[in-house]
Amino acid sequence: MSPLRGKSSTLVATVAISGFLVLVTGAAFFVGSSSVGFGEFWALISGGEIADSARSILLNVRFPRVLAALLAGSALAVAGAIIQSVLNNPLASPNIIGINSGAGLAVLLTSSMFVGAPYLQPIAAFGGALLTALIIFAISLGTNTSRLTVVLAGIALSTIFGAGMNAILIVNPDAYVGASTFLVGGLAGVTMGKIVWSAIYVVGGLVLALLLGDKLNVLSLGDTTAHSLGMHVGHWRLGLLGLAALLSGAAVSFAGLLGFVGLIVPHMVKFIVGHNNRIVLPLSAALGAGFVVFSDLAARVIFAPYEMPVGILMAFLGGPFFVYLILRNRRYGDG
Amino acid sequence: MGERIERLLQRHKARLGRTAALDVADQVAIRLEDLAFSYTNQPFIANFNLEIAAGKITSLVGPNGCGKSTLLKLISGLTIPSAGHVFVHETPCLSMGNKERARHLALLPQGPRPPMMSVEALVAYGRYPYQRGLRTRLNAEDEHHVAEAIALAGVERFRKHDVRLLSGGERQRAFIAMILAQDTEIIILDEPTTYLDVSACHEIMELIRELNQAAGKTILMVNHDIDLALRYSDRMAVMVEGKLLHTGSVDEVLASGAIEEAFKVEVARFPDTERLAYTLFPL
Repeated sequence: MSPLRGKSSTLVATVAISGFLVLVTGAAFFVGSSSVGFGEFWALISGGEIADSARSILLNVRFPRVLAALLAGSALAVAGAIIQSVLNNPLASPNIIGINSGAGLAVLLTSSMFVGAPYLQPIAAFGGALLTALIIFAISLGTNTSRLTVVLAGIALSTIFGAGMNAILIVNPDAYVGASTFLVGGLAGVTMGKIVWSAIYVVGGLVLALLLGDKLNVLSLGDTTAHSLGMHVGHWRLGLLGLAALLSGAAVSFAGLLGFVGLIVPHMVKFIVGHNNRIVLPLSAALGAGFVVFSDLAARVIFAPYEMPVGILMAFLGGPFFVYLILRNRRYGDG
Repeated sequence: MGERIERLLQRHKARLGRTAALDVADQVAIRLEDLAFSYTNQPFIANFNLEIAAGKITSLVGPNGCGKSTLLKLISGLTIPSAGHVFVHETPCLSMGNKERARHLALLPQGPRPPMMSVEALVAYGRYPYQRGLRTRLNAEDEHHVAEAIALAGVERFRKHDVRLLSGGERQRAFIAMILAQDTEIIILDEPTTYLDVSACHEIMELIRELNQAAGKTILMVNHDIDLALRYSDRMAVMVEGKLLHTGSVDEVLASGAIEEAFKVEVARFPDTERLAYTLFPL
């Protein structure tokens, strides 16, 4: 089962992406607006002497933030890769087809109705994401439904859910602390308490997803062929969309409506290593994690002393990329 | 080239005069019993009875929209019949699990979606019905079947190539290799020569005949090209508007006038030349 572009490109991509991930993760700890730098970071990991304030910034501010970026990036990128395969739609990703907005609406509803129950948020986010995924799946099943129709249906759902979220925030402005960052997606102010529940779902979902690369490959042969090979196509499509909803929902519950990671990253990985999902999924997880850590770092540094939510930077990068994909899709006549 | 034509001629000569009736000696591979199916309230296929002989090539022909592809879907379990039964070697198809059914019967759909993977990887997925759990790692037996399928379908030369970059005929061979790796006794092909040029059409039909003769596969195919169906099949079943018009050996079907009735054409046969050929003229 050799991948499309051979073992050498996979090896190079794995080494390059791993190197990038380690590098940006390290940098994210010692680059920032406060005075804590590489010396303090090195002292912390090597057990050297470090001031209490520096230790506190590293452990209580930067560590949760980096961890949140790693979790959100890997979860959204893998969810994107799964959704693109299951719907056979290169334009699909959790934010494009409205899964993120569905999760976001559920998070805001829960946080305004059940104050002080952070463990409920990832569950609600999963529910919202799953419901949206099911609606999109039902739409995609219709005969003569083009890829763009699915995307447009997703945009319509996002608009409706967006209106719902804004309505909640107008009626109850205290429904969510840092609501404006939540709506564009951002990692400022995340705490360990906020991400610990979601982290369990993300890690569990990622482990499961990495085991399912071959199932996605069989699905990519088309429904009839996959069925002829003995696969329960409907069950697997639903199960895999559910998994993508779990991953996206968990990420949205602490990172907000972070868009475009799930669109850009799988495309980058497939461009380098081909379409074998056994390779695409783990590399998407690693590149997605690195990509969000890097973007969050860039959003912190470029606009210092102001701190830009990472979601805004992502939208600047992802929007043009999405337009490029639509144009490419139209050129191949399958829009 | 000359040698190849010579070989083809000999094969066609050998076929002349051969009959293939489903008599007592024939085993039944697939039996359809009072099969019915409807997309809306109107029955699309009703009271359909047909026996497919084991070890033979049977072509299902009929005008567009007569229900050929639907019938293949019913046989392969992709669509559930509203009434009646499909038996595969006398076992009800619906009583089998998906993977069990896939170990008896392989279906190659019309114009399958070419995946972005190597031919070798595609063929390896033919072993899916034999694999348990989440991983699809090949064991020694799987490797053996994959190698055999690659050799039988003649895809060694481009086994490392991306399926999407192959010519139409090569691509079809790659998919045939995949269903061969499924190691089923029955192979069902929906329009195996769609989108192929004339030489690739004959190449694929020759391969199908080889699979039948050398590997003993039972072949059931839908064929829109009547000439190809007549030349390469042992038996035919002619369908019109969801009903079976006639079934039997090629000669029996020709003699019955069912093709003329179904397609409103006149079949002219050229048995007097060295090569057997058919031409269809509109009535």
